[in-house]
Amino acid sequence: MDFYLTALLQGLCFSGIALGIYISMKIFNIPDITTDGSYTLGGVVTAILLTHQQPVYIVLPAVILAGALAGAITGLIHTRLKVNPLLAGILVMTALYSVNLTLMGRSNIPLVGSKTLFDKLPLLADPNQNTGIILSMVVLLITLLIGYLLKTDFGLAMRATGNSETMIRALGVNTNSMKIAGLALANGLIALSSYLMTQFQGFADINMGIGIVITGLGSVIIAETIINWLRITSAWLSLALVIAGAIAFQMVLAVTLSIGVDANLLKLVTAVFVLLIVSLPRLSFNKN
Amino acid sequence: MIALNTVHKVFNKGKASAVTAINNISLNIAPGEFVVVVGSNGSGKTTLLNLVAGSIFTDAGSIHIDGNDVTRMADHQRSKWVARVFQNPLSGTAPDLSIIDNFRLAAIRTQRKGLSIGVTGNFREKVRQHIAILGMSLENKLEQPMGTLSGGQRQALTLVMSVMDSCKVLLLDEPTAALDPRSADTVMRTADKLIHDFKLTSVLITHNLKDAYQYGSRIIQMNEGAILRDISGDDKGRLSQNEIFNWFS
Ligand SMILES: Nc1ncnc2c1ncn2[C@@H]1O[C@H](COP(=O)(O)OP(=O)(O)O)[C@@H](O)[C@H]1O
Ligand SMILES: [Mg+2]
Repeated sequence: MDFYLTALLQGLCFSGIALGIYISMKIFNIPDITTDGSYTLGGVVTAILLTHQQPVYIVLPAVILAGALAGAITGLIHTRLKVNPLLAGILVMTALYSVNLTLMGRSNIPLVGSKTLFDKLPLLADPNQNTGIILSMVVLLITLLIGYLLKTDFGLAMRATGNSETMIRALGVNTNSMKIAGLALANGLIALSSYLMTQFQGFADINMGIGIVITGLGSVIIAETIINWLRITSAWLSLALVIAGAIAFQMVLAVTLSIGVDANLLKLVTAVFVLLIVSLPRLSFNKN
Repeated sequence: MIALNTVHKVFNKGKASAVTAINNISLNIAPGEFVVVVGSNGSGKTTLLNLVAGSIFTDAGSIHIDGNDVTRMADHQRSKWVARVFQNPLSGTAPDLSIIDNFRLAAIRTQRKGLSIGVTGNFREKVRQHIAILGMSLENKLEQPMGTLSGGQRQALTLVMSVMDSCKVLLLDEPTAALDPRSADTVMRTADKLIHDFKLTSVLITHNLKDAYQYGSRIIQMNEGAILRDISGDDKGRLSQNEIFNWFS
């Protein structure tokens, strides 16, 4: 049972990645893989500031800004230098590895002796329940914020940028600036995800971001499959499904481990699982 | 309202494939004028419109809109004065956004897209009234995604969208080319009505010589990046459909 509880909590931690990938991939239609780097960056900044006993109101904004900055740089390289977005993301992600290692000064920073968000907010006696309630509140808050944002005039302009660039430029939107802002937002959310995860697991590690983009992609693809299947148009419901996708994704991995699959094979299983969800609708479609 | 001063545009400059798309054109379009542009394929009509809209920039010469030098301004900056309807009905609207969301963006074309929610009850009512003039009974489908509508419906809505915010110049690049004859007729009549009602300065590119004859206060024929004929006022009125046909024989 503990196994599934951990998966649930991890899923909540990864909601930020899922929302970030949803914004870059689904709303802006940009395949952004700055993720691996910006996720680690978020963890590194969290660990360094926490071990220096900084308060939440400094750590959280600093983490989000760091992620946003990484995304904005990818956006700048893509829009101003006209570099393919995948390559722009790979470049920033690669560069961030050195940045992260330099910031850390070693490959792992444990949070022993530092109070985490979960220690500072003892809402429930049971530590797991306490973590769960805090994570749920954070995830609910960011989902509400993103949901609101998408309904504002700015949010409509964001959605139109990914949907019909000719149209939205003719309607007075600088799509280059908009894409930079979008990638900044996406990677800010990804760093936030890492802020939660680092405190949940109690350390930041230089390799914590390796392959993490697949977690976001998997969650979004699960959500999208359901969105298309049930023809959902509500923005709120779509966001809720993205969060549900993040949790479902971790659950599947937990089941995989519990039936005795070697932990070393986990990334392989992850990749195959994502391939399955991507191809299943198409396979059944071909039969018709 | 629109002034082009010896505007020149070469594509692929310096390469073997260089094309002079616009060859030192000077053109003045007065406020309220409705200019119809005809010309064979590749004569530079679209390029001319794109230069005015700012999707591409001139190699030489200057462009003024409403007295402002816009020569170096990007398309999204010129949208302060200019609204556009594209040849492809897909280009003028966002297919995954609902009708009402598309209209909201159009209604703030010249304004900042801020962090408040603009799709309110009042706004819906305003859009409903605007759309009702089309007589296509789309006013009750505001939540429907644009992508579910036909090309003709989308072009007609794009036209209405262009007058949701202050608009001085309307640029139409073969707005009916992708439509069946009946929708094409509706779209042309809607365009003509809006241009008159809102006193828009407009430029319409068309391959339909009947439309070129029927609509507009001035007709321009382009050939190889230059203006071959330019007929306005009473002379345009006296022009017969046959004469226009003969320009192309
Ligand atoms: N982006 C471009 N790159 C290279 N050549 C172009 C481009 N756009 C237009 N042209 C060329 O410029 C000329 C004028 O094209 P265009 O303005 O589209 O003509 P029209 O709209 O009158 O059919 C054509 O020879 C066309 O091939
Ligand atoms: Mg053309």
